[in-house]
Amino acid sequence: MNLRRDVFQAIADPTRRAILLLVASQAMTAGAIAANFDTARPTVSKHLQILTECDLLEQTQNGREIYYHINAQKMKEVADFIEPFRKMWDDRFTKLETIMKKYKTKK
Amino acid sequence: MEQKTKIHAEDGKQEMVITREFDLPVELLFRAHVEPELLEEWMSNPYATAKALKFEGKKHGSYQLESTDAQGKVVFRSNGVIHEFSPNKKIIRTFELENAPFGVQLEVYEFSGLTEDTSQLRMQVIYESVAQRDQVLKLPFAQGINHAHNRLQEVVITLK
Repeated sequence: MNLRRDVFQAIADPTRRAILLLVASQAMTAGAIAANFDTARPTVSKHLQILTECDLLEQTQNGREIYYHINAQKMKEVADFIEPFRKMWDDRFTKLETIMKKYKTKK
Repeated sequence: MEQKTKIHAEDGKQEMVITREFDLPVELLFRAHVEPELLEEWMSNPYATAKALKFEGKKHGSYQLESTDAQGKVVFRSNGVIHEFSPNKKIIRTFELENAPFGVQLEVYEFSGLTEDTSQLRMQVIYESVAQRDQVLKLPFAQGINHAHNRLQEVVITLK
């Protein structure tokens, strides 16, 4: 099954955002990326696959190694959208609502 | 699905407007914004704990907030001055992220009751320039991941 991946779904995950930030400064191999996380290696591989499928990451073969680097054009497209910012506020406000609702019933 | 939080940021303008409706009476929505311990609770997330170092909810009052990661390391500090403080109606304040190149922003919070149990918040945020606003809009992409990886923090700072 080759479903088209949703970019925003891809960056909604904190580990995947962390991966993007890691490779933003330099191209890295899967092993080097995985070394930065406590997560199991196959899980990191899965994240890399998703990010590659939605074109946020690109692969370059260098000898026997495959390097992942950021697709600047795609990242710009994402940055142009306000969605991540909106999502941050949405999460905060939802939390505010939940907390204050408890407050309301406690009274 | 209808989005509860809406953001309007027109191209080429140095402001943005954030609106959100809440299933809360306007009094509780307002309190969440002016009582330090409540503010700390909803501003915190799994990667960062918010703390109000200072919070004077009154005209000419000032505030300073701090965010720390799981290791207790300070991720960022922010501060500002309150210019208008009208309970359950309006707050006008400045906001500045310390040691960050985003300048000082002016925030106008308007609270309004819709029904007895629902309310709306309209937040107008004015930046010093269009460029600064756009930079801030790109920022949260890097936020929310302020966890154990110290290296990441350095990367975030260099991200333009």
